[in-house]
Amino acid sequence: MKIEARILFVMFVFGAIISTIYWFTSYEDGGTVMLAAVSLLGLLPGSYYFWWSRRMQPRPEDLPDANPQDSAAIIGAFPSSSIWPFVLGLGAAFVAIALVFGVWTAVFGGTLIVSAVIGVIMESRRGGAY
Amino acid sequence: MTVLAERPSGLAHPEAEHGPTGLLKWLTSTDHKVIGKSYTITAIAFFLAAGIMAMLIRVQLAGPDSTIVSQHTYNELFTMHGSLMLYLFAGPFAFGGIANYIIPLQVGAPDMAFPRLNALSYWLYLTGGLTMIGGFLTVGGAADFGWVAYAPLSDAVNSPGAGPDMWIVALVLTGFSAIFTGVNLVATIFYLRAPGLTMFRLPIFTWNMLVTAILILVAFPVLTAALVMLWCDRHLGAHIYTVSGGGVPVLWQNLFWFFGHPEVYILALPYFGMVTEVFAVFSRKPVFGYRGMIFATITIGALSTAVWAHHMFTTGTVLLPFFSLMSYLIAVPTGIKFFNWIGTMWRGSLQFTSAMLFAVGFLIVFLFGGVTGVLLASPPVDFYVHDTYFVIAHFHEVLFGSAVFGGFSGLYYWYPKMTGRMLREGLGKASFWFMFVGFWVTYLPQYLLGLRGMPRRIAEYSASTGWAGLNLISTVGAFILFVAAAFTVLNLWVSWRSPEVAPANPWDGHTLEWAAASPPVHHNFTWLPPVRSERPVWDFNHPEHTTQVHRRSEGAATGVERVLATGHPDTGEETER
Repeated sequence: MKIEARILFVMFVFGAIISTIYWFTSYEDGGTVMLAAVSLLGLLPGSYYFWWSRRMQPRPEDLPDANPQDSAAIIGAFPSSSIWPFVLGLGAAFVAIALVFGVWTAVFGGTLIVSAVIGVIMESRRGGAY
Repeated sequence: MTVLAERPSGLAHPEAEHGPTGLLKWLTSTDHKVIGKSYTITAIAFFLAAGIMAMLIRVQLAGPDSTIVSQHTYNELFTMHGSLMLYLFAGPFAFGGIANYIIPLQVGAPDMAFPRLNALSYWLYLTGGLTMIGGFLTVGGAADFGWVAYAPLSDAVNSPGAGPDMWIVALVLTGFSAIFTGVNLVATIFYLRAPGLTMFRLPIFTWNMLVTAILILVAFPVLTAALVMLWCDRHLGAHIYTVSGGGVPVLWQNLFWFFGHPEVYILALPYFGMVTEVFAVFSRKPVFGYRGMIFATITIGALSTAVWAHHMFTTGTVLLPFFSLMSYLIAVPTGIKFFNWIGTMWRGSLQFTSAMLFAVGFLIVFLFGGVTGVLLASPPVDFYVHDTYFVIAHFHEVLFGSAVFGGFSGLYYWYPKMTGRMLREGLGKASFWFMFVGFWVTYLPQYLLGLRGMPRRIAEYSASTGWAGLNLISTVGAFILFVAAAFTVLNLWVSWRSPEVAPANPWDGHTLEWAAASPPVHHNFTWLPPVRSERPVWDFNHPEHTTQVHRRSEGAATGVERVLATGHPDTGEETER
């Protein structure tokens, strides 16, 4: 976890330094804000990883001499198939196209999105079935 | 159905895949392998469509005063050629296609961290891509303001109609697709690595995809926000980019290039990673300067966020010294990479397979593109050649060099793993040589045309300009490139029609994906070798070469095959040397 945190902190430090230099050389606000946002994008998740890295034991993937059997347990739940991402994607596309062709496609797209959200919640509660 | 995935400790029985088949499998699968293949095939389809548009462009420019296509159609062609190549091929082929398939395998994971989000990414990409190309079906035609959509050309007065709007919403959809893939890649690399696979043992391709994914999270939200504002300008009278309402047109350029320059590295870094794997495997050596490569990747990623306005030198509104210096600086980590690639091959046992040839081709081509990039980072040079064919030649050398030479290298390298079939080496090598020759014939004349003042995005020119000869040569080169691409398409077709079965580890590879079957079983791995270096499969197959772990060997280069065939890991005694 420590290395992951450091990678994100590199982004934070670089963004902080470069946005400061940029501001005092250009006094251009738009670019400075975007560079400062880069810095924050490193700081926020970086702090999260750092916080956890100090409170948990190193994981098997952090240990250079760990063996495959050291983490031979359930590592996660992986849905093997689900129709709902397709429905959600199609719904999002119809909603987006409404910005071009008018609101009628948004009604159809919104219906698909709502049904996909309900579907995926039900699917998760049932333990998964497409 | 949801499956609780376990990581194998020894050899497990392949997990049978339950669920639908055929079209329903394509629609419902959340398996990264199916999604990765879908991305790859879709991206190649967009690549071919954009390639045909490029051929039309080159045919139009082959001679002076050409009227093969109208000026309006020409504008649509170069806009959609650029948009398809950059937004729908080069990026998604790398991070949606190859990386989606390979990264979970390289880190020893059963799938991506968020499989359903991964599927959603693909559907947003496909629907976004079809929306973009669907602009051709509208009354006014597709978007015709260039792939950069500069304001005020892209406003509702100068570019009216549904086609430009479809381009805008398509980029919003594909932008979200990319952001979701970026999140997925970061989470997969941070959380699903195999035991012993520390961050500094990750394959370079995985490292490059990590930095690429972080860059996606930096860049794409800015583009999406800029596009929403552009849509508001076009339909709600927001006047964010129009002078008449108190807006600032050059703001679009600032926002666009804050996305656009990291985007160039989003398109390049994955391919840097692919060729790094290829150089190491086909030199039968570890990556030279492994940590230096990682340092260079992170440095390139960081610097790429602070160079955006070098695309805007001629606007007169940007701080030239700052952006020029930062742009020059990027040459340093890129130079480190070149040094390390050459160092990897140096005194290696080189095998010039198709994948290796494309990687070497990338090295040469990208070097020229990179050097001309350093030239363009100099404001006085940029003032002279800005918006000429010099710039066209430069960025095609960089992007064609990485996305096509590097991408084909990755495709030839990982195709056996993805399909369980081999590609024909003869056709691959023919594809490479036609591409390598065609590339120079196409783009070297464009440098000269740029220096002689030919502007980009012109549909025709008069004979008196003296540009006809070089343009004709460039068009001949484009046809050679077309033949090169046709050889690879033929190769894919031959492999599909008369398959040649690929073993699990046909190249004697180094990294964990070569410990899985070809193609991998459901949830990928039935066994994992111990990870003691950045090339665990090589260590397992070549105990005589490893410095940390000594294993009894029954014949080099067949270890993985033997394990998968016999069902016994047979690792022998493990003793510290």
